[in-house]
Parts: sequence; C-alpha cells; structure tokens
Amino acid sequence: MSLSIGLRYSFLTLFLLFLIVALVWTPYDPYQIQMGDRLQTSSAIHWLGTDHLGRDLLSRIMEGARTTVGISLAILFVSLLIGVPFGLLSGYIGGWLDKAFKKIIDAFMTLPDYIFALILTGLLGPGLVNLIFAITAVKWVSYARLVRSIVLEQRQKDYVRLAEISGMKPWKLVVKHILPHTIGNLLVLATLDIGKIILMIASLSYIGLGPQPPSPEWGAMLSEGKTYFQTAPHLMIFPGLCIVITVLLTNSWGDFLRDRYDVHIQSHSAKRSMSSILFRKGV
Amino acid sequence: MRIFVQKITGLLLFLLILSFISFCLLQLVPGDPVRSMLRVDDVAVTDDQIQQMREQLGLDQSVFVQYGYWLQNLFSLDLGNSYMTGRPVFIEFIEKIPYTLMLTGTSLLVMIMISLPLGILSALYRGRMTDHLSRIFALIGSSIPSFWLGLLLIDLFAVKLRILPSMGEGSWQHLILPSITLGIAMSAVYVRLIRASILESSHQEFIRSARARGVGKQRIFTFHLMRHSLIPLLTVFSESIGSLLGGTVVIEVLFAYPGLGKWIVDAITARDYPIIQGYMLFMSIFIVLLNMIVEWSYRYINPAIAIDPRKKGVTS
Repeated sequence: MSLSIGLRYSFLTLFLLFLIVALVWTPYDPYQIQMGDRLQTSSAIHWLGTDHLGRDLLSRIMEGARTTVGISLAILFVSLLIGVPFGLLSGYIGGWLDKAFKKIIDAFMTLPDYIFALILTGLLGPGLVNLIFAITAVKWVSYARLVRSIVLEQRQKDYVRLAEISGMKPWKLVVKHILPHTIGNLLVLATLDIGKIILMIASLSYIGLGPQPPSPEWGAMLSEGKTYFQTAPHLMIFPGLCIVITVLLTNSWGDFLRDRYDVHIQSHSAKRSMSSILFRKGV
Repeated sequence: MRIFVQKITGLLLFLLILSFISFCLLQLVPGDPVRSMLRVDDVAVTDDQIQQMREQLGLDQSVFVQYGYWLQNLFSLDLGNSYMTGRPVFIEFIEKIPYTLMLTGTSLLVMIMISLPLGILSALYRGRMTDHLSRIFALIGSSIPSFWLGLLLIDLFAVKLRILPSMGEGSWQHLILPSITLGIAMSAVYVRLIRASILESSHQEFIRSARARGVGKQRIFTFHLMRHSLIPLLTVFSESIGSLLGGTVVIEVLFAYPGLGKWIVDAITARDYPIIQGYMLFMSIFIVLLNMIVEWSYRYINPAIAIDPRKKGVTS
C-alpha cells in the first residue's frame, strides 16, 4: 500500500501551500489574548478553538508551523554547510586531518544525539538560538561522516586517479566530480532528518528548553496544553497531530527517495518473499 | 581489546575537551546559581550571603582554577555536591541508575514483544496485508513524538478508564504506561529491521542447501533462518542503547518517574551545574560500559564476528 506518486506529490503540495499561507496570513493574531474566549472548542469563529489565554488555536498552529519547520530547516542548512566541506576535506586530504576528524566523530558518537543536545541547551540556557545551536552541533557530524565515506570510496576509482594524473586541480576535482556523488545520499539523509529534527525540537521544548512563551512552537504548545488536557483536549490533540503529519510526510518522502537513490539499501530488499522459498510447493 | 582501549582513550579526550568547553560556557550563561540557591528559602538575600556562598563554592576564582579543582576531584569520583540537595553528585547518580535501567529493561521487553512477531509475520507474508499493516505501524510509530503518545495513553488508561496510575513510581503498574510508550516508539524501527534481516538471509545459499538436504521447514525457520537473521541485529541494538537512554529522558519527565532523565532536566531547570557536568561525564562512561557489555555478549554468541565489522569498510 505504498502511496502512489500522485498522492505523495499532492500531500506535499498541500503541506507547502499550508506553510506558504502560514507565512503571510493567519486568521487571527496568534498573540492576541482574549480572556473572555478562553478554552473554547471548535466553532465557526475559532475553527480549532482557543487556548487557555483565549488565543485562536489555528492561528497559533500556523505561526507554530513557521517556527517549527523554519527552525528545523535552518538547522539542516547550517549542518550541511558545516558538515559537507568538513567531510570533503577530511576524506580527500586525509592524513592527520582525517585522523583528527575521526577522533572528533568518535567523540560525538559516544553520547546519544538527544542527550548531547539536552546538555548543550541546558548549559546554554533555554531559548530559540541556543536550541538551534545545540541541535546543529549534534547533527552536522552525520553529514560530515556520510560525505567523508563517499569521498573515500570515490577516491579509489580510476576516474579520480586519471583526473589527478592529467593535472586537474584538487578543489576542482572534488567539487566537479566527487561532490555530485554525494548529492543523492545527502538528499535522502536530509529528508529523513527533517522529521528527526522536528521531533527533537518538539521534545526539547516540551520539557521547557525551546522557544519561550508566548512564541508558539508545537512542542511548547503541547507543554502548555497538557495542564488543561482533561477540560480542553483539543489543545493537546491538534498541535500533536500537526507534528505527526509533518514528520510522517518527511519520513515517507525520505523512504521514497531512499528507495530511488540508494542502491545499497535497494539490494537489501529481497526480490522474492521468504514464504515463497520456505513454503513453496514442489520445486 | 584494542578497540576498547581506543574507545576509552578517545572518550577521555572527548570528556576533557567537552568539560572544559562546558566550563567556559558556564561563565557566559545568564542566571546566577548562587542567587537561585539562596532564593530557595524565600527570604531576602544580602550581598554578604552571596559573597560567602560564592567563596564556599569556589565560584570567586578564575575558570582555570575551578577547572583544575574539578579535574583533581574527578579522580576520586568527587564531582562536588548538588546545589539543590547538597548531596554528592556521584551518589545521586548511582541512586538514579536502577530506576532508569528498570524502565529501559521493561521497554525493551515491550519492544521485543511487539517487533519480533510483527517483523517475522511481515517477512513471512511479504507484500500481503500483514506486511502493509506493519509498514504503516512502523511509519506512524517513528513519526509520533513519544511524549505525545504518552499523553494520549495517560488520557485513555489513567484518566478515562482509571485502570493505571499516570505518574510517579512505586509499583509495577507505574512502569506499564512508560514502557509501553517507549516500547512502541522503539519497535517501529525494529519491525522493519527484523523483516529486512529475515528476507536477506532467506536468500542465502545455506537455506537452499538445507532445503535440498530435506530439512523440515520448521527446523529451517528456527535453527537456520532465525539464528542467522537475528544475531546481526544485536550490533544494531548495541548501537541504539544510547538513543534508547536518550528517549527515556522525556518519558521520565512526562510520567514524573524519578530516573536519570528527570534528574538532569530538574538540574537544568535549577541551573545545578555540578549535576549537569556529572551527568555528562557519568552518562558517557555508562553508555560506553553498556556498549561493551553488549558487544562482548555478541562476540560470545557469534564468535565468527570477532573482528570489528566496522573495520571492514573503507578506511583511510
């Protein structure tokens, strides 16, 4: 029941449309406090109801989409910006640089991502910028590692040797011939990572280390809403659903792209099912 | 053995750098631990008191001196006392470990109970309904924030049905909801891994030769296929111990479960720096130790992989 291509694209389009609309317009001011309208459920005026300060939930979710998705894209971008050159350099130049780099990678791999980011935000103090810094500090390593391993693999190939012999400048060789090999893998990893980053942001800001109130972020909204979740469950349900839908979308796109680009993983998925081997009648 | 030595030296180097960076960062961060410590009593704080406290904690000296003291004490496992409780960080850490290990263990149990049958079934009936359902389960399971799933479970079982306690610890019932929450989140990955691993080994020559020798299907399945496909997963498992411990943090906060995760989050909120640093240090050592144990048991189960498999790949 893998999603058909058309369905996949239409979901993506819908989501992007939602984001674009959220960028320029929200039905109400997401920061406007209306104590008279607090904790309302869905109605024609407030489609998704209002929160504990009477702010329109749909507007806050749209504003939150901007924050959550915006932050995760920013983190992804900076991680790529740091990780890719690092990986290229370390893989191509090798020597002491690569050795030092391997030590750094090993060190970063010791602590799990989430705990590392947690400690960093903890030390720096809660807040949007610190959150971005902490998660980027964790995430760039995986990109550098991926790029490095691809560079090491490609360096052994004849075409690289040939280009080197014919006097091609190293930086040109790396950018023109080796870098393109990394793009497919990077695309897959980055797409799958968006979801992970969103989940990480959400759970860090759920425990109070993310953007501070009143700025709406989906995880922080859940944290605010949980106090009222017996009287006003919509405060908990809708932001949570938004996280699930967004992550689901990026995860399924990531899987889709991986099946398309990553030959290695494709060869793992077997051609015939096992039951046909074990329970086949006759030979 | 050499790998472990390498790992430990690398870790020590890393901790040294990280602890120094964290020390420098602490000088820049807003919020004064002394003030927040004294404010606990809710009485007016005089400058004298603050000064006294500073001297008592050694906060009036330079970063390097403080760092030197810290390193010195480290060798006797003394990381100072918690600002919040005044008790040694190491003792508190040791006290919290059993809670987190207990939660991790029960979540692993839930994870195995969900992912093993689902993974096997979806490999056996590849491309059929079971397989599709398990794929959907895995996709949704890896997209749900674990704390949100936990909230929904609390709402259902503790608030609406009133059959399970929602928070705290004390009895085995308190472990049910947190471990189910964590177990579901983890099994999403393992269902697919188990499925892929079984499918991959089902194409190996030895399965065909076993069939050719006339070995029964049941026997092939249990002794040839399962053995061959589940053992490699142990490596994946040893690598994911860390992320499992990371996952317990938010769940412990959600369920007010007094383990390591809640401890560190409370410490961060209170700016309790000795705890934050101690946690960072002990946690890394703890994770490396756990990894070693799993790796050793793995070598014991499958001596064929005595050579580090990661060394087989491309290295410079």
